[in-house]
Amino acid sequence: MLFNPPVIALIMVSVVVTLMLLAAAGLAVQILMYWDIGSGSERQLILERRTYLVSTLLTWVFASELISLMLFIYNAESMSGQFVGAMCATGVLNVNAWGWPALFLKLIIFFSGAVWLAINHLDNQGFDFPLVKVKYLLLLIILPLVMVEAFVQLQYFLGLKPNLITSCCGSLFSSEAEGVVGNVSSLLPSTALLLFYGAGLLMMLSGTWFLWRKSGGWVFSSLSVGAFIASLAGMISYVALYVYEHPHHHCPFCVLKPGHDYAGYALYLPLFAATALALATGAVSRWKHVPSLSAVVESNAPRLAWLSMMLYALFFSVATFFVLRSSLVMAPFW
Amino acid sequence: MRIELSNIEKIFNRGRHNEFRAIRDVSMEIAPNRITCLKGASGSGKTTLLSMIGCLSRPTSGRILLGERMISGLPERFLTDIRRHTFGFVFQRFNLIQGLTVLDNIMIPAYPLGLDHGELKRSAKLLLKQFGLERVSNNPVQWLSGGEAQRVAICRALINDPGVLLADEPTANLDLKNSREFMELIGNLSESGKTILMTSHDPLVYESPVVDEVVEMHDGQIMVK
Amino acid sequence: MKAFIRKQGFLIDFTLSSLMRRKGKNIGLLIVYGLIVFLLASVMLFSHALRKEAGLVLQGAPEIVLQRMVAGRHALIPADYLDAIESIRGVAGTEGRLWGYFYDPAVGANYTVMVTPDYELSGNEVVIGAGISRIRGVAEGDFFSLRSDKGKTYVFKVKSLLDSESELVSTDLVLISEKAFRVLTGIPEGRLTDIILKVRNPREVQKVAEKLVARLPDTRPILREEILRTYDSIFAWRQGIVFVLLLGALLAFVIFAWDKASGLSAEEKREIGILKAVGWETGDVLRMKFWEGAIISFSAFTLGYLAAYLHVFYSSAVLFEPVLKGWSVLYPQFDLVPFVDGLQLATLFFFTVFPYTVATIIPIWQASITDPDAIMR
Ligand SMILES: Nc1ncnc2c1ncn2[C@@H]1O[C@H](COP(=O)(O)OP(=O)(O)O)[C@@H](O)[C@H]1O
Ligand SMILES: [Mg+2]
Repeated sequence: MLFNPPVIALIMVSVVVTLMLLAAAGLAVQILMYWDIGSGSERQLILERRTYLVSTLLTWVFASELISLMLFIYNAESMSGQFVGAMCATGVLNVNAWGWPALFLKLIIFFSGAVWLAINHLDNQGFDFPLVKVKYLLLLIILPLVMVEAFVQLQYFLGLKPNLITSCCGSLFSSEAEGVVGNVSSLLPSTALLLFYGAGLLMMLSGTWFLWRKSGGWVFSSLSVGAFIASLAGMISYVALYVYEHPHHHCPFCVLKPGHDYAGYALYLPLFAATALALATGAVSRWKHVPSLSAVVESNAPRLAWLSMMLYALFFSVATFFVLRSSLVMAPFW
Repeated sequence: MRIELSNIEKIFNRGRHNEFRAIRDVSMEIAPNRITCLKGASGSGKTTLLSMIGCLSRPTSGRILLGERMISGLPERFLTDIRRHTFGFVFQRFNLIQGLTVLDNIMIPAYPLGLDHGELKRSAKLLLKQFGLERVSNNPVQWLSGGEAQRVAICRALINDPGVLLADEPTANLDLKNSREFMELIGNLSESGKTILMTSHDPLVYESPVVDEVVEMHDGQIMVK
Repeated sequence: MKAFIRKQGFLIDFTLSSLMRRKGKNIGLLIVYGLIVFLLASVMLFSHALRKEAGLVLQGAPEIVLQRMVAGRHALIPADYLDAIESIRGVAGTEGRLWGYFYDPAVGANYTVMVTPDYELSGNEVVIGAGISRIRGVAEGDFFSLRSDKGKTYVFKVKSLLDSESELVSTDLVLISEKAFRVLTGIPEGRLTDIILKVRNPREVQKVAEKLVARLPDTRPILREEILRTYDSIFAWRQGIVFVLLLGALLAFVIFAWDKASGLSAEEKREIGILKAVGWETGDVLRMKFWEGAIISFSAFTLGYLAAYLHVFYSSAVLFEPVLKGWSVLYPQFDLVPFVDGLQLATLFFFTVFPYTVATIIPIWQASITDPDAIMR
């Protein structure tokens, strides 16, 4: 195993976060069992006060998961010097079979966290806490996810042997590669372009519909997931080429390197925030029919949707900017 | 605002060996824009009742109506929200935060509301002037005399412009002169439209001519007149 | 939204004044917290800077060093191998090197003696590194002696000193003319210590190495990439070990933070009781305490990191000197090149702010759920 401070930090955080979630889940189970909002009993008061602890714990859990996601990628990037064949994070993630699953789990936890926090925030504004059951059940679902992530990440780090030879973005994200990634990379730029802007447009339309008719929040959420995936595919098959000004360099991580004007941050931050907000929109708007929440949903859900759409717009503008600015001319390859 | 209590019970440590019924089946009504005084021996449950009316704690059972709104059974979070806009408190010990200035102390209840800073400061200064405290407004509260501290506590209670002022044994830490002045102040506040509810076992309070109504408590119950 | 921001402003205001009212306690916390950050940051910055330095040095190094092996041992390489190598495709240049180690019993140090075409040295001139100049007390124009393999002592004149830009590797270096080197070591004409190769296209390095082994089976090529990789993992590993050793200190700090956060004074408890009684909600108290933690963490982090930065980059890591000096008599005095790095900051965050925050969550929550009517009793 490679034994450097970021790896120790990541393992430590995953363990502590799992413990925090376990504690929160223990409280959640108690709350689910004994919750009785109408009662003036001391036990109910204690349970109500524990909800604050659960909220605080989870806010920190998800904040830490977010930072740990970034650290995970930074670390992969920085370890690329230690493996034969690795030039960037892709190569380091490829060192063994656990790398990519760990990254994907982190992404899923990030988005679930956004949804949970949105539901929690909403619930705290209804005087009868109508979503207590929903949010604590959801919490019990997130717990195993975080545990699996901790395990997968540990396996990944344990399996990082310095003598392993890996393959990097040059071969993984190439048209000759096998599987999904190969397919994505070999998408014709015109198809990728269509998918990229098409999914974005659909999502924007559904968002506008939601703002206008105050319904269809979950459609917006689902389409935003589609747009997120299409955006990542578009990044790999299309936008990346323009950022690198190289017709065959498809890597999604190299954009984070300082050499590319921090294009990665300008692209990924709005994209991730927008998707998280879109998911939150769906999660929030779903509870419009609950009497104690309808007013809050009425005012909050459109705000979330609006913010999400602004960020998506920012993402697409930045992506378009990089494509237009680039001196790479793709026409011969189309 | 009318406050109506029906069949209020408060049981401490329910189900344990030291279970204690502090309030037993209390029903009463507090008239708006009047001065009501809860009198009774120490331990008779005055403070407990006051804190339930003021949304500081919840009854074990029974109903409290605040105007049209049922407030018994609401979670703490919402009780606090109601309390901020409805009730002002003056406590037995003045409970000012040591080390802060008079001005800072009286602005504290308004912090969670997120008002404009300048505006808040203006209304705080106006209150201090009204109560003859502008001279000490930038002094730390430990320099104040008992009477002054009491008036600062009243200013703090009024900063969010509540409709109801609650005072728990307000004269317990005052000398005779200051107690008389306090009753005068209370009379003025009532005339300006505030509803006032006090607890006291000090005759100077419950026999004062400004008090409109006296309710006597004994062992957690209201004595019938 | 506006109200929300203004509210945070009030909370921060109140927190600051509350911190100021308890200076003693908070300064103690700040010092311990800052010290932990300082310690970890110093280790990270220092080892990272060393690694970077080594990387910079190696950047100028040749892509391949070719050694001859005899019975598994490093042996002298014949100069006519050079011709065989030059014809390999992809090789942009070759150079035979002569160098070796000399032990100086007077000061108990090892010098690296090397022949270089970069300096025009006559037979009795040398150029020496700053470390040697310090330890032997010789300066430009002074005399410097070396003993040959036959036991004879030769005296050289110090022509100049090597500049200390990258002292880490040049500190123990002695540059000498070829003739003098052969006399000192007894290495015959036509023999070299090793051969270095320049390969222009980095993708061809592997290919060239394979061809070398095929054409000259008694040789071993050493690739720069490989050295860099080894350096990388050795430095990362060392740092990891130090961090594990420091985990004990970290744990002590966590307990300390927990203790500070849960051991509220009666005064503080009363204050929170007052806040709750006059209309602050549990969440408001939590948020206020959150700001308190954020302010303390930010101050400690900034102070500790800044101090570590000054320590490592402007005082050459004085505190580590005694430890590192054990490695070698010729302790290099180098000015590391300053840098800031996101990975490091995030790692440091997880080693300091994260444990502090986690340790204080439960104590803070306990304080925040004080009964609003507690102060009436
Ligand atoms: N948190 C508590 N737990 C148990 N007993 C309490 C608690 N608070 C008050 N009591 C009891 O309730 C009774 C009434 O108290 P209180 O309302 O303070 O009386 P008063 O204000 O009339 O002096 C007292 O006997 C007191 O000991
Ligand atoms: Mg009392």
